[in-house]
Amino acid sequence: MEGILEITGGVFMVLGAVSLLVASIGLYRMPDFYNRIQIGTKASTFGASLSIVGVALIFPGWIPKLLAMLLFILFTNPISSHIVGRTAYFTNVPLSKRTKVDRLKEMSPGHLKKVKTKD
Amino acid sequence: MVDILIYTAMAISSIGVLVALVRFVKGPEKVDRIVAVDVISTIGITLILILATLMRREIYIDVAIVYAILGFIGVIVVSRFIKRGM
Amino acid sequence: MKKYILLFITLMIFWLLLNSSLSLEVFVIGAGVSILISLMFCSKCDIFNEISLTPKAIYATLMFIFVFLGALIKANLSITKRVLSPSLPINPGIVKVKTKLTSKVGRMVLANAITLTPGTFTLEIDGEDFFIHWVDVKSGETEENTKEIVSSFEKYLKLMYG
Repeated sequence: MEGILEITGGVFMVLGAVSLLVASIGLYRMPDFYNRIQIGTKASTFGASLSIVGVALIFPGWIPKLLAMLLFILFTNPISSHIVGRTAYFTNVPLSKRTKVDRLKEMSPGHLKKVKTKD
Repeated sequence: MVDILIYTAMAISSIGVLVALVRFVKGPEKVDRIVAVDVISTIGITLILILATLMRREIYIDVAIVYAILGFIGVIVVSRFIKRGM
Repeated sequence: MKKYILLFITLMIFWLLLNSSLSLEVFVIGAGVSILISLMFCSKCDIFNEISLTPKAIYATLMFIFVFLGALIKANLSITKRVLSPSLPINPGIVKVKTKLTSKVGRMVLANAITLTPGTFTLEIDGEDFFIHWVDVKSGETEENTKEIVSSFEKYLKLMYG
């Protein structure tokens, strides 16, 4: 018979897996790129974090390594999706027809020039 | 009991990989494919973690960390390449 | 000088976490390589100079982590609801918000936090203007959106980084 900690850890891992599945379903269902990347980033980061917490509950001796991994994922996942989103906007990936406002059009011309020429 | 939960988590994550793969094949733009790869690599990290738990080997977590680093760098490199190439 | 020490401490903590042991060899090798790296690569990492380590800042950091975790869980519940409902209730748009933060680290942490919380995603930063893609837009006005998205984090980040 296992302890209560291990059962909780297993439940956390199942919840994380469900969150990852939600990320994939969102990636499939959303109408345009920008909504897809929103769902993809948030739900997958959350799912991975929940799974890491679950493993930490099952094997408390692994906590240092898991902590390093959790910090790494929490810091890098938003950065990489930010870069992909920027690339999409400046290579003119279309917004969905349901979009209400686009305030990014009114960005200052100097900044736009810097973006277009520099990187 | 715990093993059953962990196997369930494994099955659900694997279905997630399949659904993301559909977006990878369909994705009208290049960036859609990049996002699909990003999500698939995050799910891959979780699958490696689940494997580590099932086999009770701590060393597999190092593999997951390295995979996280490589996925991050890969996404950045490909998106930079797309931006400059156009 | 401060930035060298902070980079050294960061690298050392990461190395010890990865090794998860405190034996003498591990410690000496880690310290040597960390000193070498912080001497070689620290000429441009000015962002470490902006981090303050007063008790007030540490308290703000802890509070920020709690607020952030709460927002993360709320974000994922709302996302799950949106994705799984058959009619796909989204209302997307790109809005502009202004931040009062001046330091680079503060802005970076704020942008990351915005990306991971309810329905918002940082697309571009132009000085003090953040351009944010929002799943559920209510209005196009800068002030209202600033109040809704940024304020809850800004309070603590202001104390942490100024």
